[in-house]
Amino acid sequence: MEILISIIIGVLFTVGTYMLLMRSLLRVVIGTMFLSHGAHLLLLTMAGLQRGGPPLLGFDAEAYADPLPQAMVLTAIVISFGVTSLILVLAYRTYKVHKTDDLNQLRGSKDE
Amino acid sequence: MNNLVILPVLIPFFTGALLILFSKKQRIQKIISSISSFVILAVAIYLAVYVYQNGITVLEVGDWPAPFGIVLVADMFANIMVILSAIVGVVCLFFTFQTISPKREKYYFYPFYFFLLTGVNGAFLTGDLFNLFVFFEVMLIASYVLIVHGGTKYQLRESFKYVIINVFSSMLFLVAVAYIYSITGTLNMAHLSERVAELEQAGALNVVAVLFFIVFAIKGALFPLYFWLPRSYYGPPAAIAALFGGLLTKVGVYAIIRTFTLIFYHDAGFTHKGIITAIAGFTMLLGVLGAVSQFNFKRILSYHIISQVGYMVMGLGVYTTLAVAGAIYYIVHHIIVKSALFLFAGATEKITGTNDLKQMGGLLKTHPYLAWMFFITALSLAGIPPLSGFFSKFPIILSSFQEEQYVIGGVALLVGLLTLLSMMKIFSYVFWGKQKHTEEQAKYPAGKLLLPIVPLVALTIILGLAAEPIFSYSLMAAEQIMDPTHYIDSVLKE
Repeated sequence: MEILISIIIGVLFTVGTYMLLMRSLLRVVIGTMFLSHGAHLLLLTMAGLQRGGPPLLGFDAEAYADPLPQAMVLTAIVISFGVTSLILVLAYRTYKVHKTDDLNQLRGSKDE
Repeated sequence: MNNLVILPVLIPFFTGALLILFSKKQRIQKIISSISSFVILAVAIYLAVYVYQNGITVLEVGDWPAPFGIVLVADMFANIMVILSAIVGVVCLFFTFQTISPKREKYYFYPFYFFLLTGVNGAFLTGDLFNLFVFFEVMLIASYVLIVHGGTKYQLRESFKYVIINVFSSMLFLVAVAYIYSITGTLNMAHLSERVAELEQAGALNVVAVLFFIVFAIKGALFPLYFWLPRSYYGPPAAIAALFGGLLTKVGVYAIIRTFTLIFYHDAGFTHKGIITAIAGFTMLLGVLGAVSQFNFKRILSYHIISQVGYMVMGLGVYTTLAVAGAIYYIVHHIIVKSALFLFAGATEKITGTNDLKQMGGLLKTHPYLAWMFFITALSLAGIPPLSGFFSKFPIILSSFQEEQYVIGGVALLVGLLTLLSMMKIFSYVFWGKQKHTEEQAKYPAGKLLLPIVPLVALTIILGLAAEPIFSYSLMAAEQIMDPTHYIDSVLKE
């Protein structure tokens, strides 16, 4: 299972990197989304995909799952959700003001 | 009593939340934010005194014992940083009052200002790697908003790039956290330090160490990942540029010093003397060359940030107690001087209406106080005794020669010379020569603009003249972080 997920993570990172290097603002934003999904999955997978009960006092189970990576991944997802919505707004405003979404035309002034 | 540790994080957070409610009432905003910024400063100083007397102070949040719960740790190094962020917070706030347009004020400027301080202080005080990530994010999200605040064409264009590079580095941070968690099974820094010591930091752990270094190098603007800095710091108003230039990159440097003295210090020949020193050299040299080539006030200062981050990291790379103490002292000096210089850039822009050195001149005649205060600060940046710049560069370069790392020492000396050159370029273009601004601009009263900068200039003089007590304080802080057992013992209570 870990190997399968690792392959998926690899695909997500590849696609994310490819999208990040494209010229359109929106595709760059989608690229960061792919990358953060990959990172979240990696966080969950690296801790080991375990089967087991919740680690509660008085809860009998043969094995217990590690709650920490789940808590971390939840936090990370919330953060990346917030950041993604911010970038989307930023990309839209940039497009509105500059009237282009081509990063080649957003390079900066000519003398640089 | 340990609850004191969380106050520098909580006060700005609640202030920010409170300020959202008063977003359209500028007077109330100003009153609340100025009171709060002074309270933060007072708390930071009190915390420093407390830690000085009682040793490293640890807060276990919710009383969960250390490796399991979240900890906030205030040691001397973290404390110095918190005090500095409080000082810069006060000064930039008062400069903001003088320079910001009312239009910007109404759109949640002050709340985000305080959220930024929340994140910065949290990053300094946390004792947990994942919480470091979270506080980095708090800081970065606030900085995304502040850097684009006002929404000019230039700001939008460059902020987008700033945001993307930081999102990318945050993602790498998460990857690094995932790897280290899978290797060691913990994220508490003290606990990590123990486990990494047991595993003897080889193979995979070295890869993770370098990954962390890359992440913090992007945030701290080290070679070759500094290209985003000069452009994005050019856009926002001067008070924000000063706050960013003073604080944000230093959070990255702080994180590098913290992780590479506490966790990844076992293979110093490879990481410290190899990678970190080489990168420090390139950062210094290319940063200052960028500064020499520019003819724009703010851009020159931005490139200087890069070259000086190199000095701090070089202190870590040489890796003796004296060098690390020098690096700490350098951070103190740099945060104060760099914020002051950015504020000077803001003040001259307010007076002359331009940032281009070639369109300025003769300010020495019309605004002599501004000119001479800038002169002192510029000399301090270049490292002329008896100002603070000299006493921060001296121990770093001295210990690099003691450790027989002559190349990096030589580069550091050369960079000091080039720094002087580019600062004098600013001085001669802006303050000497024929007056290029109009008579009306010449009558602009600079007193109000200068008032917030005076404490910073005074501090750089004091730091230079009274170098002995402050340097021995940073020496103590360096001894504390060079021996991780102090930190581990106080967090894990063994």
